[in-house]
Amino acid sequence: MQNLIDWAKSILSDQFSFSMLLMLASIGVIMTAVAYCILLERKISAWMQDRFGPNRVGPLGLLQPMADGVKFLLKEDIIPRHVDRALFLLAPWLIFVVAMIGFAVLPIGGNFRWSWMAADAPLLQCQVASVDIGLLYMVAIASLGVYGVVLGAWASNNKYSFYGGMRAAAQMLSYEVPLGMAILTVILATGELRLEHIVAKQAAGPWIVLYHPVAALLLFIAALAEANRMPFDLAESEQELIGGYHTEYSAMKLALFFLAEYAHMLTTSGLMTALFFGGYLLPPWFPGAAFVNSETTALAMIARSLVFGGKIALFISLYMAVRWTIPRFRFDQLMRVAWKGLVPISMALVALQGVIVYLQVSQWWATAGNAAIILGALIVAASGRKPITGRQQSLPAKAMVTRG
Amino acid sequence: MSEPPPPLRPHWTQTDVINVDQSELTALERLYLPQVFAGLGTTLRHMFKRKLRTQTVVQYPEEKRTLRKENYRGVHRLNRDEQGRVACVACFMCETACPAHCIHIEGAESPWPDREKYPIKFDIDELRCIYCGMCEEACPVDAIELTPEYHLVGGSREEMIFDKEKLLMVFDRTKAEKPRKNPAVTGY
Repeated sequence: MQNLIDWAKSILSDQFSFSMLLMLASIGVIMTAVAYCILLERKISAWMQDRFGPNRVGPLGLLQPMADGVKFLLKEDIIPRHVDRALFLLAPWLIFVVAMIGFAVLPIGGNFRWSWMAADAPLLQCQVASVDIGLLYMVAIASLGVYGVVLGAWASNNKYSFYGGMRAAAQMLSYEVPLGMAILTVILATGELRLEHIVAKQAAGPWIVLYHPVAALLLFIAALAEANRMPFDLAESEQELIGGYHTEYSAMKLALFFLAEYAHMLTTSGLMTALFFGGYLLPPWFPGAAFVNSETTALAMIARSLVFGGKIALFISLYMAVRWTIPRFRFDQLMRVAWKGLVPISMALVALQGVIVYLQVSQWWATAGNAAIILGALIVAASGRKPITGRQQSLPAKAMVTRG
Repeated sequence: MSEPPPPLRPHWTQTDVINVDQSELTALERLYLPQVFAGLGTTLRHMFKRKLRTQTVVQYPEEKRTLRKENYRGVHRLNRDEQGRVACVACFMCETACPAHCIHIEGAESPWPDREKYPIKFDIDELRCIYCGMCEEACPVDAIELTPEYHLVGGSREEMIFDKEKLLMVFDRTKAEKPRKNPAVTGY
């Protein structure tokens, strides 16, 4: 028995095996979180529309995700005859795996030691993979996400799916640019590609959102587009394209697409938290901040993980609030917002941070620069005749009246 | 000599169309982002209005809406007269009036002295019925009526074809909340 405990302790104390265990644990946590995200989404949408939402399965409807899962598992899995079978089977897994593996480089709980480890033993990292190029990996994975959508659309051999896939491809290409630029701003500001170092820098100074609020906003908007969320869900827009790229999918494959969407939300929320909102750190004025931010005990690690999870939950709620508030963009509006709105602003941000790095002035100039950029953008937008999304150029109403 | 009829209008024109032109967006609206936050404000305000939701939502199996019992058109019933006999005189008016052809009557000679015929079979296919109430309008003796009962469920199609006994049972169930309007006209 003692041997078994010692063996377990040695497993937990080794960085590699600990990371492996953490990976398994976080897959479980993500899957559960995703299932409950769907419940939360339905609840939030219901509350916003003065309804109650699912409240029949279990207390407060808390067992609804199980019921949904069982339903998806037991549904007949139809593979239409006209599809490209190999790609059709590959697409849901591709999009799902890609949405999940982005989570690997996110720093979950910081550095810590178990209580049984020697006081001078090297600290363990509560993170699945500590990669030199964590941020680049993140960007690369984010852009892989579109392949699942496009493959699913192409393999379905269906006009509506194909439209959805084409829209998704164009949209992702466009929104990758402001996403990358916003991330580049953070890279310039911190001089780091490792996400855990970026978080550690925010422990020393203020959170980066105070330096670059506009970049945080841009990243949020681009992340909405990357996760195919309202108001950027043109790829599946039910009203026009039935289900878009997943029209032909059924049963568990359809469920995988949904799971991937929510896993994507989790990952992008985690990225935003780590880059701009201090990752697992509490703000210094918060009660208990000293313990959570700097202790190296296992308890503090768990507290940090909970803080990280809490911040992600806040962002997810914001995603959902946005989804049930803002109507979908038309495709040309989507493109105008990206190329005439977000891309110039993000370029200005990168230039601003570049100048600050070159002149080696105080980082607080970035805040002033951000304010100036958003003010300038607003002045340009307000002085234009049309909104940034472009006014719908329709016939005058009189000309549209039919004459019988 | 009567006046000549007014001349036909050469072209038909729409007179009841109101043209609504979109107004120009104001500078604030063109900024887009303030509008987004205003929208978020609205939805979030509703999200925390717990009282409004409890007032608005009817949690169906536990709570039920109060209906206007006098004219709600739910499941049919066949009324009984004062002596407890079926009030129908098998005149086939309802079957004729029914636009969905869901009523099927078989009449026979009445065993009672106050009327000539009575139905030995009276079937209504509740799945076919469109609940228009024409049968109720057509009935000369107010024998068929629609009730405020709307919990119409069944396990099979056969079960949803209500026969005479079942329709009389509906009357027995609902006569307390919706009494028969007029006394039967006898002497048919």
